[in-house]
Order: sequence, then structure tokens, then C-alpha cells
Amino acid sequence: MSKRRVVVTGVGAVTPVGLTAVSSWENILASKSGVAPITAFDVSDFSVRFGASVKDFDVTTVLSRKDAKKMDTFIHYGLAAAKEAIEDAGLEITDENAERIGVAIGSGIGGLPGIEAGYDSFLNGGPRRISPFFVPSNIINMISGNLSIMYGLKGPNTAIVTACSTGTHNIAAAGRMIQYGDADVMIAGGAEMATSPTGLGGFAAARALSTRNDDPEAASRPWDKDRDGFVLGDGAGVLVLEEYEHAVKRGATIYAELAGSGMSSDAYHMTLPSEGGEGAARCMRNAMNDAQLNPEDIDYINAHGTSTPAGDVAETMAIKRAMGDSAKSVAVSSTKSAIGHLLGAAGGVEAVFSVQAIRDQVAPPTLNLDNPGEGCDLDYVPHTARQMKIDVSMSNSFGFGGTNGTVIFKKIS
Amino acid sequence: MSDIEARVREIVVEQLGVNADEVTADASFIDDLGADSLDTVELVMALEEAFECEIPDEEAEKITTVKEAVAYINSVQS
Repeated sequence: MSKRRVVVTGVGAVTPVGLTAVSSWENILASKSGVAPITAFDVSDFSVRFGASVKDFDVTTVLSRKDAKKMDTFIHYGLAAAKEAIEDAGLEITDENAERIGVAIGSGIGGLPGIEAGYDSFLNGGPRRISPFFVPSNIINMISGNLSIMYGLKGPNTAIVTACSTGTHNIAAAGRMIQYGDADVMIAGGAEMATSPTGLGGFAAARALSTRNDDPEAASRPWDKDRDGFVLGDGAGVLVLEEYEHAVKRGATIYAELAGSGMSSDAYHMTLPSEGGEGAARCMRNAMNDAQLNPEDIDYINAHGTSTPAGDVAETMAIKRAMGDSAKSVAVSSTKSAIGHLLGAAGGVEAVFSVQAIRDQVAPPTLNLDNPGEGCDLDYVPHTARQMKIDVSMSNSFGFGGTNGTVIFKKIS
Repeated sequence: MSDIEARVREIVVEQLGVNADEVTADASFIDDLGADSLDTVELVMALEEAFECEIPDEEAEKITTVKEAVAYINSVQS
């Protein structure tokens, strides 16, 4: 039996440069940065005082105030992105199809701000002051749970958690569920809002973040010689994945095919990439094998590219290992240069950008790449977007724990 | 309307996200105002905080309307 084909029929995003996938993409292509000083809480004692927060988000576009109060912010972002994606796909949920539509939207960390607030209530008032919504408002599968309740989606409902590979792994797994016949449509991606005192402080303590406090917009500079860590970002990115015949039958607009996906583990270190990007290279190769594509078929890579000293070199080496001579000709960029690192949402948002790149035949730019660092010698599309032929795009995500994920999208023929 | 009743109504409006005119003295939190069991737990917590009292669970279960809430608060404050 041949595999059922999976296509993308809707996209949605909430990012530091836009409240929709449409506006985010426009601003990405216009080389705008969403990085700015953090104003949501007092950061004066922190070594890092800036981030890539979402601006002017109005939760009442998705939820009533009463319901919004029972969900932490990462859920708000996830639901907003999912709503946009479902509407973009023109997907109507009926009694007939509800059991064939599922959700796989994860988060790397979940309701960290809500957990902090809940613990404050306990410290200040004792156990009786802990809200009955403390648990359901903060646990990670509650984007998937709440979305299913809002829309009556009765198919598979899951939320994979793999740190910064979360969004990519959810999309990959959702694609498999459609291939194997568990569902005809899956709403898949990731969301994150961990810019809270312990989130910011924790990543800063791990020395993972850029400390360029005097020039936040220049802080996320993947592959540049002066890069000094990632920028913590918030948001969500969601795709509507659909079985090909199902999409054609209802006359849906198809962005691209989810041609394949791959995963691997470094089995090496909690936070550092494996030597020479060995684990990441295997991940990309697994994805190409699954997609039955060769390195020369890949036109554009939306890299993990977080702007950390070790990670950017390792990914560069991984791309060379996985692609051989084709590494010299493939366009590689990191949209994290504009929106920071959205952790569990990164793979979701970057998948959205990767299919938009195919639709519009344009590679988004890597901002702030003024002088490539040692060992960083690929074509990184610096500073400005590039109009080019993109039949196939690849999106990479790598997470703490040494977990890797790659998805490949292909122009529909 | 007593000060206590006015404050209780305010809290119900805020906690349950309903319009003030729906919150009559006899309106049931669950049947008329759309609360679920977790909403009522949180509502009781908000009352405890506002009136600086502790409402035991067995008493909390009996508070299902504004009128019952006001009566309970009057009984512990007098």
C-alpha cells in the first residue's frame, strides 16, 4: 500500500513581528526585528534585559475573558495561531468529519508564568490559595485540549514535548498519523511563552542567552563572528495538515506537501550539540530518506540557527555532512535573527515560514550577519530576502537533551 | 442593597464573566450563570479573600447563589 500523502492547507502564527502568519511573514521579508527590551516585569537585576516578546496581542479575539483567565499565555498564543490556520484552510468541522480531525500542538516548557504565579499564591496564602485552575491552565497538552473543545475536534489529541524540537516533532508525528490513517486532518505545531523571571533567569544562568543589552535588535546574529547566544522569544506557529485527496476533494488551497520528516538523538550532552553536528546530520538524512529526496533537491533550509557560538558551527558542519557538495549551493537562513528563539514554538513558526517560502518563491533573510564566524561558510542569505526558485524547503529544530527534528516541504506538482 | 451584597455581586461578575444585570440575588451560579464546579471553587476563594474569612468546604458547597453567599458572610461577620 502506498503511503497517504500529506499536504499543508492552512497556516497560522503569533510572533514577535506579527499577530498573524500573514503579517509575520511580511515583516520577516522586510528584515524587521522583533527584539526589544523586556517591559513585562522588572528586569533590572537580570544579566539579560531584552527578548522577543509578542506585542499588542488581544486575547479576546480568540477567547472570552472568563475562559482566557483559565489558561496561561502560551495557550492563548497557540489557540490564536490554530484559529488562524483553521480559518486559512477554510476547514469546516461537521458531525461527519469531526472524528477524523485531530490536534498535535506542544510547548517546550508550558505555563511557566502561571506556575510562578501559582507558587506565589501558595507562599503568600498557603495551600487554600492555590487556584483550582492552577493545573489545567499550565500543563502543556491544554492547547490541544482546549482547541478540541472549541472546535469539536474528536480525532487524535496529543502534545509532544521535546524542548526546542517540539513544534517540528508535533508536525512530523501529525503527518505520520495522517499517513497511517488515524486522521484525515491534523492541526499541528507549537507555542511558547516562557519570558518570565525564572524562564529568562534560567536560560541566562545556563549562559545560553545573548547579553547584548545595549543593542537588542543586533543580538540575534546567527553565524556572525560576534554572536554570543540566543534571544528568548515567544509566540506560536501552527499548520493544518491534510490528506491530499481530502484536500483536493474539498477544493482547498494547498501550500505544499509535507514530503517527509526525520528525527534523531545526539546521545551526547544535555545542552551541547554533538561533535561535528553528527546527530543533526543523521536527522537531516533521515528526513531526506523519508521524503525520497536527494541533497541536490533541497533549495532552502530554514536552519535551527539560534545564534549560539557552538550550535551555529555544529549545524553548519551537519549540513555539510548530510548534503555533501550540495551544501555549497543550498540557501540557508535563520529567521531567529528577527524573532529570536521561540523554543517549543520555533519549529511551528519556522514550518509556517518554510511553506510560505515555497508559495512565494523567496528565502527569508538572516539579519545581523555582518561577518561570518570561523567555520561558518554556507550561503546564509544575509540581511535581505532573496527571490529564488524554491521547490523544496527543509526546516531544522534541535533541542536540549540532544533531540533533533527535521521536516521537508515540497511544492505540489 | 447592603455593601456586602454589592461587593458579592461585583465578585460574581468578575469571576464568572457575566453581565451585572444577570446577577440577581437568586441566580444560581451553576444553572443560571454558566459556572462549572471549578469556577465555583475559585469564586469561593475570591469571596474569602474579599471578606477576609475562611469558608470551610462543607459550607462552600451550600453557597450556590448571591443570596446564600451574603447570608453566610453576614453570619460569620456578625
